[in-house]
Amino acid sequence: MTTLDFFHDETFRDDFTYWNSPEAIRRFPFPFNEDKYMYSVNLEPHVAFKPGSVFEKSFDVDEHYVSEMRDRALVLQEDPLRCQSLPHMNMAGWDLLELIMTKKAAEYPQWFELHQDGDRWRWVNRPLDIDHTFTFLDNTTLPYGPMEYIMRQTQGDYAILDQRDNNLWMDAGMITTQADWSLDFDLGMNFMEWHGPVPLAHEMGIFDRALKFLLNVRQGQPARRLNWTMTVNPRLDTSPERYAKWGTDRMDVNADNVGQLMHLRVELQSFWRLPRSNALVFPIRCYLISLQDLATIPKWGRRFHRVIRDLPDELADYKGLTITRPYVIEYMSQFDDGAPTSPGIFADDE
Amino acid sequence: MLVEGIKSRPIYHPLEPKPGSRHILVADAEGAEAILELATKTPDGFWDKARILYIPRSAVGKGYEERLQALTPFPLYVGPTIAAAIPRLTKELSDAQMGTQIYLAGTEGLVGQAMIVALEAGVDQGSIQRDHRGSEARRVQCVHCKGITEEVTTQPVKCTHCGLMLLVRDHYSRRIGAFQGVCIDAEQPGTAPEPEEAFL
Ligand code: HEM
Repeated sequence: MTTLDFFHDETFRDDFTYWNSPEAIRRFPFPFNEDKYMYSVNLEPHVAFKPGSVFEKSFDVDEHYVSEMRDRALVLQEDPLRCQSLPHMNMAGWDLLELIMTKKAAEYPQWFELHQDGDRWRWVNRPLDIDHTFTFLDNTTLPYGPMEYIMRQTQGDYAILDQRDNNLWMDAGMITTQADWSLDFDLGMNFMEWHGPVPLAHEMGIFDRALKFLLNVRQGQPARRLNWTMTVNPRLDTSPERYAKWGTDRMDVNADNVGQLMHLRVELQSFWRLPRSNALVFPIRCYLISLQDLATIPKWGRRFHRVIRDLPDELADYKGLTITRPYVIEYMSQFDDGAPTSPGIFADDE
Repeated sequence: MLVEGIKSRPIYHPLEPKPGSRHILVADAEGAEAILELATKTPDGFWDKARILYIPRSAVGKGYEERLQALTPFPLYVGPTIAAAIPRLTKELSDAQMGTQIYLAGTEGLVGQAMIVALEAGVDQGSIQRDHRGSEARRVQCVHCKGITEEVTTQPVKCTHCGLMLLVRDHYSRRIGAFQGVCIDAEQPGTAPEPEEAFL
């Protein structure tokens, strides 16, 4: 698809006009490779995989791109603290800008162009109607800091981690589509501290092993994993900052509307070493699908029923599902005929 | 949502003398006890390189000022409140060279705020020791309006800035020097339980 008609005009708040095309449903990153779920060190190389899937490109751009960037701009207008960078992270911001611009220009030439003439760079972003010439590493030639500039043009949240003392420190980030954690609060924390609120995983040794792996991620060898939760309505901004505004959504769910209101929220997380700063960058790309759309793939309908029914209570509470889970289990049960499911995350006819 | 047992909560230890070119000791209320205990372990010459900043607060009248002053030849700084002591502390720390050791003792509010000043002055975390003494009262940041409520002893607590009823979590930010408070009845407004004493 090359034309700009590809991009939806939709909202992630108020009237929630967000929708997934049949193609978007088929390529949804269903996160369960078996009929049950527990935390694990689920890390694999982030290599191009399965044409058309969300795993094909370095930084996936999909039909929601333009509207998602509009939603991000609204969030930042209300609360600029969602984008913060400690002073020593400026170089990492430029590293990230370079990484995203070069990858997008190479992988989506129909939408993005990068022309480099020494330090003079011209960046063309057709979907967002941007054609901008600037000087690489000169902050005064950009309308925002380098991280904010490129993040206003990139789907997903990004945390940039400084690496020192054998740990990772959350010293910069653009976080507007988070599953209920606060960048402003977590800024400056290390890997164990910001994961403090997660149940069970510390005791299972998951964070010790994950940190060891991340400290050794090398440039040009990114890694990835999937994480998931659920959200009422296709709302991107489920921040704790605005919790008092969206918390009541959970009371709206009932047996009649659960299929439309409840969304599976999947994060495609990847891990990249940056060249000059040696920082690690952590994109958290969020995909949303309503349960009724999810159930159009028979394998996913069957499997998700079993996963959500048998999910340990600690995980359900942490993910904020205490009120809504009974409705979800009841609704999903109609798609589970008890038949066995095939291994792996993809639909059966692929 | 996890409320207790969160790993970002600081871990405190009794103060131990460490070799240093200078020692800056900051305490409030019962934190004075921690410094007096340290004094039973210090090598010769330690107190000639020491500056003590003390804020008596709830321990006013217990005579700690005299006992602390007796430790060092330099005049003891006595501040009326933590807020009033911050400029003095900032000055002491920005004058500090490499090799300065920092000792913080007392309420989590004092320890947390002094820690922020030290980190902002560029002090390495490895040269800062923290001991918690006295009241369990917490500083709590409202995640919604960002206002900080001081001296929180109840669970839940009403944010003194925006008025939301907050659940106080163990999640702690060193940068802000506060625990996180999250609206307790966001799902069903008006259902917040009555505050009960929890951090005394
Ligand atoms: C350096 C990159 C990473 C960053 C910045 C990051 C950040 C976060 C944050 C902010 C949370 C939410 C914590 C809260 O509730 O306040 C979280 C949750 C979590 N993280 Fe990470 N994380 C990273 C890497 C990893 C890795 C490599 C693993 C591997 C196992 C992992 C496993 C988890 C798990 C299991 C949760 C709980 C998620 C849930 O149940 O929904 N994280 N992470």
